[in-house]
Amino acid sequence: MNTLTTTSSPEQSTWLKSLPSRINDVEWGQATKQLLLPILGILIFLAFWHLTAPRIDTSLGAFPGPTQVWEQGGQLWQEHVNQRERADKFITMQEERNARILAKNPDAEVRIRDYPGAPTFIDQIGTSMITVLAGFVLATLIAVPLGIVFGLNKHFQAAVNPLIQVFKPVSPLAWLPLVTMVVSATYVSDDPMFEKSFLTSMITVTLCSLWPTLINTSVGVAAVSPDLVNVSRVLRLPFLTHVRKVVLPSSVPMIFTGLRVSLGIAWMVLIAAEMLAQSPGLGKFVWDEFQNGSSQSLSRIMVAVLTIGFIGFLLDRAMQVIQKKVAWNE
Amino acid sequence: MSKTHLELTGVDMSFDTPKGEFLALDNINLKIKKGEFVSLIGHSGCGKSTVLNIVAGLLQASKGGCVLDGHEVNSPGPERAVVFQHHALMPWLTVYENVELAVQQVFRKTMSKQERRDWINHNLELVNMTHAASKRPGEISGGMAQRVGIARALAMKPSVLLMDEPFGALDALTRAHLQDSLMDIQKDLNNTVIMITHDVDEAVLLSDRIIMMTNGPAATVGEDLRIDLPRPRNRVELADDPTYVHYRQEVLKFLYEKQRKLETIAPRRAAQAAEETSEKTEEAKAARA
Repeated sequence: MNTLTTTSSPEQSTWLKSLPSRINDVEWGQATKQLLLPILGILIFLAFWHLTAPRIDTSLGAFPGPTQVWEQGGQLWQEHVNQRERADKFITMQEERNARILAKNPDAEVRIRDYPGAPTFIDQIGTSMITVLAGFVLATLIAVPLGIVFGLNKHFQAAVNPLIQVFKPVSPLAWLPLVTMVVSATYVSDDPMFEKSFLTSMITVTLCSLWPTLINTSVGVAAVSPDLVNVSRVLRLPFLTHVRKVVLPSSVPMIFTGLRVSLGIAWMVLIAAEMLAQSPGLGKFVWDEFQNGSSQSLSRIMVAVLTIGFIGFLLDRAMQVIQKKVAWNE
Repeated sequence: MSKTHLELTGVDMSFDTPKGEFLALDNINLKIKKGEFVSLIGHSGCGKSTVLNIVAGLLQASKGGCVLDGHEVNSPGPERAVVFQHHALMPWLTVYENVELAVQQVFRKTMSKQERRDWINHNLELVNMTHAASKRPGEISGGMAQRVGIARALAMKPSVLLMDEPFGALDALTRAHLQDSLMDIQKDLNNTVIMITHDVDEAVLLSDRIIMMTNGPAATVGEDLRIDLPRPRNRVELADDPTYVHYRQEVLKFLYEKQRKLETIAPRRAAQAAEETSEKTEEAKAARA
């Protein structure tokens, strides 16, 4: 016993000395929670995927595991780089040829053509991003002002509420044929500013994604504190000033909640619309690979799936950052 | 000075309810002189706020009306600035910007940019809130926010300042502090003030006149008590002052004897109590007549 106590006292003193490092342990614990656990989760998922994938046999071979998908990711990037090089070569050759023609005959008409090669995976990502942002911006431009009007006027809201409730749950796939027909019929131009396929995808995205923003804006506007409305009345703020200085800022938090849901829906809808309509974009990439049916197709589709998920995540993060900048309650 | 500044004549207020018409106010008559500090006191639900909202123009009387300086009141306006119970500051604006919103709107045409800036700062100084000018309402205490609410109202240079239980949501110490500040400000500006309160001490301490309202429905002016206490008033000294105690007693008597309100849970008993009180009101009326 005696020996025990004598040995334990120096131990105790070292324990006391290490107290500051123990406080660091707490910080370290938080770092674990924020970084280490998510990484662990991903690793377990990858292991599960790696082990189960080879056991699933399809007509196109075994389901791709993480390694094949990773390889295909590199492959798709390489294809993009090669394609770019060829495109650059094509453009420089074209320019050289045109320069030669013009040197011989300054009045000659030269043809400038775009590189005719097929869009790569990376090009498709770009197309999809532009389409989704265009559709989302258009949806916002429609939904926020309309939401303000509905929120301010109870009669108006009662009148349109059934329409909103009916149109809100409509799947993009149902809208798509109608939008396609209407766009082909109405958007007739010799020198179109936008591709028809772009317009079709964009409008479908708009139609499906404007509802959450519309509903949240009108709820937010209707919920402006009566006290604040009274302040505005006492100050005799003109209607537009009232909307700009009281109603809009007050409903910004609700509007942003709606916008985030809308953007999420927009991204999901876009992929489906592109698949169905064969408009350029990630959806078309997935569909083409599926039709292609090579031994690499499934891996390539899986790359697209992960990309779609990651971009969706980034879009939401971006909205969150904007929300923090704009909304007063953050 | 003795000329009537604000006058309410035969004001009735009824609301449509699913059970039929509900008469909240019945024949309110009130004359208020310039610079007078008037408190409206009564049990909750007696329609004090309704009276204030009618003067503010936020509500329209069903019958009768309100005249301020010879003009009928039928819409809200900055000459009848309101201090709300829960400060009603825009949470996304800073303290300075909240006052600025009012000053910008009211004095856009009559003051230069620099004058407006000075005027905003002057009013914030008046309520001792200059130090928090760049803070948002969420970052300051309830008492501070209420000060800003008062600064915003004063910044409109109102001819009547309407206060709807301005200190009701504050703790007792903060409330006393703000009451003293309000008396200080009032000494210099000599505004006409109508204040709603349910605090007897607050009413006696601050007011020149206390209007006591009978219980609703069909509430009306029960008693009109003039408070002749010299100013400046000091709450500690007044606590033992016989005149002060007498006034206090008067109000308490009205509230807890003549207009005793029974808060019951069972609706039948509540209805009975209402009948009793209305009988008492009749008695009180008869007694006065």
